Amino acid sequence: MNSALLPAMILVPFVGAGLVALIPARRAELFRPVALLTSIVVLGMAVFMLVNFTVGDAGYQFETSTTWIKDLGISLHFGVDGISLFLVVLAAGIFPIALLGSTPSHDPKPYYGWLLVLLAGSIGVFCALDLVVFFVFFEIVLVPMYFLIGLWGHGRRVYAATKFFLYTMFGSALMLVGLVALAVLHQKAVGGPLTFDLVTLAREQALSTTASRWIFVAFAVAFAVKVPLFPLHTWLPDAHTEAPTAGSVLLAAVMLKLGTYGFVRFGLDLFPEASVWAAPVMLTLGVVGIVYGAICATMQKDLKRLVAYSSVAHLGFIVLGIFSITTQGIEGGILQMVNHGITTGALFLLVGMVYERRHTREISALSGLQSSAPVMAGVFTLVMLASIGLPGLNGFVGEFLALLGAFKGARWWGVVAVTGVILAALYLLWAYQRVFHGKAEGENAKMRDLTWSEGAVLAPLLFLIVFLGIYPKVMLDRIEPSVKALVVHVDRNVEDFDGRDVTPKVAPAAAGADEGGEG
Amino acid sequence: MGGMVIPSIEFTSVAPSIILALAGILLLTVVSVTKDRLPAWFSAVWTISASVAALAAVVRLWARVGEWGALSLVGGAVGLDRFSLFVIGTLCVSVLVGALLLEGYLRREQLESPEWYVLLLLAAAGGTTMAAANDLIVLFIGLEILSISVYVLAAMHRRRLSSLESGLKYFIHGAFASAFLLYGIAMVYGATGSTNLVRIQVFLADNVITQNGLMLGGIALMLVGFAFKVAAVPFHQWAPDVYQGAPTPVSAFMAAAVKTAAFAGMIRVFVLALGPTYRDEWRPMVLAIAVLSLLVGSVMALVQTNVKRMLAYSSIGHAGFILVAVHSSTAMGTSAALFYLLSYTFMVMGSFGVVEVVGRTGDGHHQLDDYKGLGRTRPGLALVFSIFLLAQAGVPLTAGFLSKFYVIRSAIDSGDTALGVVAMLAAVVAAFLYLRVIVAMYFEGDERDEVAPVRLPAAVSVALGIALAGTLLLGIVPDPVTQAANDATAELVPSRR
Repeated sequence: MNSALLPAMILVPFVGAGLVALIPARRAELFRPVALLTSIVVLGMAVFMLVNFTVGDAGYQFETSTTWIKDLGISLHFGVDGISLFLVVLAAGIFPIALLGSTPSHDPKPYYGWLLVLLAGSIGVFCALDLVVFFVFFEIVLVPMYFLIGLWGHGRRVYAATKFFLYTMFGSALMLVGLVALAVLHQKAVGGPLTFDLVTLAREQALSTTASRWIFVAFAVAFAVKVPLFPLHTWLPDAHTEAPTAGSVLLAAVMLKLGTYGFVRFGLDLFPEASVWAAPVMLTLGVVGIVYGAICATMQKDLKRLVAYSSVAHLGFIVLGIFSITTQGIEGGILQMVNHGITTGALFLLVGMVYERRHTREISALSGLQSSAPVMAGVFTLVMLASIGLPGLNGFVGEFLALLGAFKGARWWGVVAVTGVILAALYLLWAYQRVFHGKAEGENAKMRDLTWSEGAVLAPLLFLIVFLGIYPKVMLDRIEPSVKALVVHVDRNVEDFDGRDVTPKVAPAAAGADEGGEG
Repeated sequence: MGGMVIPSIEFTSVAPSIILALAGILLLTVVSVTKDRLPAWFSAVWTISASVAALAAVVRLWARVGEWGALSLVGGAVGLDRFSLFVIGTLCVSVLVGALLLEGYLRREQLESPEWYVLLLLAAAGGTTMAAANDLIVLFIGLEILSISVYVLAAMHRRRLSSLESGLKYFIHGAFASAFLLYGIAMVYGATGSTNLVRIQVFLADNVITQNGLMLGGIALMLVGFAFKVAAVPFHQWAPDVYQGAPTPVSAFMAAAVKTAAFAGMIRVFVLALGPTYRDEWRPMVLAIAVLSLLVGSVMALVQTNVKRMLAYSSIGHAGFILVAVHSSTAMGTSAALFYLLSYTFMVMGSFGVVEVVGRTGDGHHQLDDYKGLGRTRPGLALVFSIFLLAQAGVPLTAGFLSKFYVIRSAIDSGDTALGVVAMLAAVVAAFLYLRVIVAMYFEGDERDEVAPVRLPAAVSVALGIALAGTLLLGIVPDPVTQAANDATAELVPSRR
């Protein structure tokens, strides 16, 4: 039961941050290696976890639990299952890349210190199995990101950072009330000590329908801000655009997943009935996000803002998949969470590289880069096609499964969502055409191509884009048991669940994997 | 018969109050006898030792109450329970930190004189008397000792006009508050025939009052008196002016200790004595001032440009939070209030400590603009201030998060979920104000803007260290303190005689 792996993964970055804080500012050359080494150690542990993960086990693995605050019944309970495994690995994997991919323009010491704190928080948030501990990490990741955007960002960075902080705080304020209410009402219903343990609360389902619906709404607002769902999304384009490259990459890869992960882990698990009840609204918001994000992305003049809006659309697919409440849909959603992190992370890195060379991200100021930077153009094409969802690349599998789930569980929403796939092709190809095709003049003609070191940073992401596109079974095998258990859990707790055109128990285990594999 | 009966006093049981009061009086005597022959640091060291000694006495008594249960002393006028001990402990912490802040401040402003420390000790002695009062008259005496000392402290910076103004304003407003409270006490006495909290509680349980108007009026007036002292809306108007004008260490002490003592008195009177019988009458009133304080405190703080005023408005918001805990009128609510008060003592004294340092010689640089670029020129100080501010905003792993958590829990437990939502939303609005300061420190200004360098005296850095340790430890390893706050049940025990 007690594995020290997850606590170690959370503690090591804190130790690294402490080291960075202790190194005097004049030894500036030391910060980067220390931060990099720390993140690589964490990645090593994540890989160890991945290798030792028991395939076919739906429950939590590497579990550990220690009492934190006794009289509130809060314990440091950590564990991963198929749903969180790859998100932890993604978080651990993307940090070294983000560190290598960009350097701060000034003040390296706090920069690397905050990044390591963010790493600790990102790992913690995905493996916390106690509501309060989850909330602590959910909130604590705000602080480093706030400083990253505010201190090393571009343009209207202060505005973007403050907006980001306040939007999230607003959501989490409601969630805090919700989770306390959940625990208190649960205690009143079943007696015994107060507990915030996810596993216990989800299993016992002690709340009345009305209460759990209200509390679900409180949680949903917090997660909707994080996803972000229309109309709570406006912080995202600002934060994404003004953040430094590493910040944007981490926002895309880690922070945006908090909302969708929250919906799966805390929404469906804790409030199955309320999730089914709210599904039409969530599906609608997801679809609105897909279409609206795509339309906004089409109209952007700034390349980075375009990528930011594309995230709104991509996350709409994830929400669609999750709230179809089918095995395929949720699997697709989880897969898409990871894949979006990889592809959008790569896109932000590429945009950052363009910006470093040309000091502009205006699409109109860039043109014909293909002639001056052919390798970069090639890499961009691959990543872009993955983002569009071209079969054979990683973006396809998740989107396909999410849509498949939607067609089974919520047909009409699925029909509308498909248009988002087409729109994605429109805005990305059009942007590619304007930036890379055409005639290169002036600065554009002299632009440097990718260097070897930049290529090395992108290489792991490109490998994953192709590998996971061809062979998603590695992931699906590990995700599926947990997702199936979750759908069964929903089915067991919702009376007329079978009444919808969803048949989770009939959907064979291998079906999702095989369909994905063929893609 | 007929003559005045002098109750026997068990001195060991009221040791903390006696240590603080005696230390104040002795200090005054020693210093006036020795004239200027004592070193400048003597008074500060004396005060710190006194607060540590009082704290040690609290720890001893804590164990004793655990063994023997709560006691009623001095003819039933003073109660000894873990609630009062927790409050007294919190007050000792604020004296300790306050003395350290004062030391650095007085040295810089060249105002060194022992009177500051004498008043600090006496104020604390008044506060401890309030916290342990089992009789409305004792409570009132404690309040007056506390208040008069602080009026003078607020006006003690003799070269600054605003300090004098602040003292005068506080005095006039405070006098009104005391009058309200005293009127309320008189009316409650008229309705129940006693000023003793135990007897009031018993009387109200056994009898139905015919003169209910008198009783209700008394409750309302007492509430007004307490609301003045804790700076709750709509009785808060004095707070921003006074906090802004008073010498910064005094503002810190006011925000922490006066609030703590006043809330302790309020809980003793309302939750304990009136809780069982009159809770349905006073809870709506407390609810109203709680909501108003939360909203006005956080919204008004946003439009301030003076950091001391901002902290004053934010302290009004915090008072609203504690009122939410008081409103629940349960043991859980009382524990939540206690935990909040201790956390707030660390957070607010730390914040004012930084404000004191940034205020520079003359205690005049308190505009938001004066904080520009602090993140670059004094990174350590800016980081510490950020932690205090984020803690006040309720960011996890700090004391501020858990104290809000406890308050919300007590509200939900007594069925006031909506109130919990209002409180948390107000906290989000307030977060913006803390961010404004952080923005000024980190994201604005150049090194060229620097007027005078910010100097950090050794004593103040010790104070900041204590406050920081408290803020973080209560957030990361809160168990010992939460246990203590849970055990700190307030009790009204009848006198044995």
